[in-house]
Amino acid sequence: MATTFWHDVAEFTPILIQGAAVTIEITFASLLLSTVLGLGWALMRVSRWPALALFSKGAVNLIRGIPILVLLFYIYFVLPDVGIQLSAFQAGTLGLGIAYSAYMSEVFRAGIEAVDIGQIEAAQSIGMTGGLIMRRVILPQALRISLPPYGNNLIMLLKDSSQTSAITVAELAMESKLIAASTFKNLTVFSLGAVGYLLMSIPLIMLVSKLEKKLGGRK
Amino acid sequence: MISIRDIHKSFGSNKVLDGISLEVAKGEVLCIIGPSGSGKSTILRCINGLESYDQGEIRIEDKVVDRKGEHIRWIRTHVSMVFQRFNLFPHRSVIENVIEGPVFVKKQPRELALERARALLKQVGLENKADAFPKELSGGQQQRVAIARALAMEPRAILFDEPTSALDPELVGEVLSVMRSLAEQGMTMLVVTHEMSFAKEVADRVVFMDGGKIVEEGPPAEILAHPKQERTQDFLRRVTHPM
Repeated sequence: MATTFWHDVAEFTPILIQGAAVTIEITFASLLLSTVLGLGWALMRVSRWPALALFSKGAVNLIRGIPILVLLFYIYFVLPDVGIQLSAFQAGTLGLGIAYSAYMSEVFRAGIEAVDIGQIEAAQSIGMTGGLIMRRVILPQALRISLPPYGNNLIMLLKDSSQTSAITVAELAMESKLIAASTFKNLTVFSLGAVGYLLMSIPLIMLVSKLEKKLGGRK
Repeated sequence: MISIRDIHKSFGSNKVLDGISLEVAKGEVLCIIGPSGSGKSTILRCINGLESYDQGEIRIEDKVVDRKGEHIRWIRTHVSMVFQRFNLFPHRSVIENVIEGPVFVKKQPRELALERARALLKQVGLENKADAFPKELSGGQQQRVAIARALAMEPRAILFDEPTSALDPELVGEVLSVMRSLAEQGMTMLVVTHEMSFAKEVADRVVFMDGGKIVEEGPPAEILAHPKQERTQDFLRRVTHPM
């Protein structure tokens, strides 16, 4: 019994590691996309042009209101009908990136709004204006404030990347499911899969709590 | 050089400035005193456009102060402000705080700005703190950095908004002595303050405000020692004998 178990572990692990590698790739690709997009939404939201702010608010609420899975199906199955053919990995990155841009934008916006108004006044009093104040004074402080919740989003993104298995991205959850379907070793396979996610998220969890301590102590 | 004519301002139904007129000459040191809520900080904030006003006109030299106007940048680079809570940039070192305006607003070469910043830090007695961060400094040191940051813009006037009110009592002196030496060098200064001894010794003129109006103004010896108005007498009595 025990020997079969270790035999299975040795057999499945290399395949699962390949899946985990894809999980890491898609997590970081969509992290990049969601960060850029999210920062864009946040800057639009706090801009002085009401039309931009309203557009950003609407877009973020629309994105937040749609399940990630449905968004993924839409990008992977519907876009080809209008001539946009994406690989599963591309569609997964795009879907996760868009979905998480909404959460990222709220994190950045909270950070921007948490910067003391006195900072903006000090910047204005030395002749700085709009874009310069944002770039030199507000964003550096806002991003620092945003780091812990940003890290939390990254942990959730890592786990939510498993949803791309539904559009055939060969990441960790997908590989687990495939092995389980062909071997019926559900307990072994899915336990290994869970351990795989834990091994990836625990360093991130530790990083976030370290950041929280460090940045919390600065005030 | 600063000319304020019949300024009115309300926050909602609360009238904070009710017809303020004031002239400040070049090189003059003017202290504004008065109870909290009298509008003394607001008038300061109107002068460099941090706050808008509803009626009247403020001019710096020949330029009208208008938050949305074309001259606002000129005004803010020529009239500096020192805040009650210092408002240093916490993510930048002391010297970076000082060169921020010269380098990014006035487009001075970094080397020149650094050289001048070192001289200014020396002037406020903090030449050895150039690379420290604001959180590593005492309140008095932070406020002196804020003064150096204001001076780095080479302003024609500096507005001080209760510069010592957030300081522990033992740190007030170091900031006031920096301000006094600025006054002696001929800087035009508008100082909102509760430090009556500073007003008495350094100011050319003292203005007492209450309820959004200027109640009384004149040389410090006259206003602080022999106020004519009852409200001024009342205020001074409460400040000098709080018990």
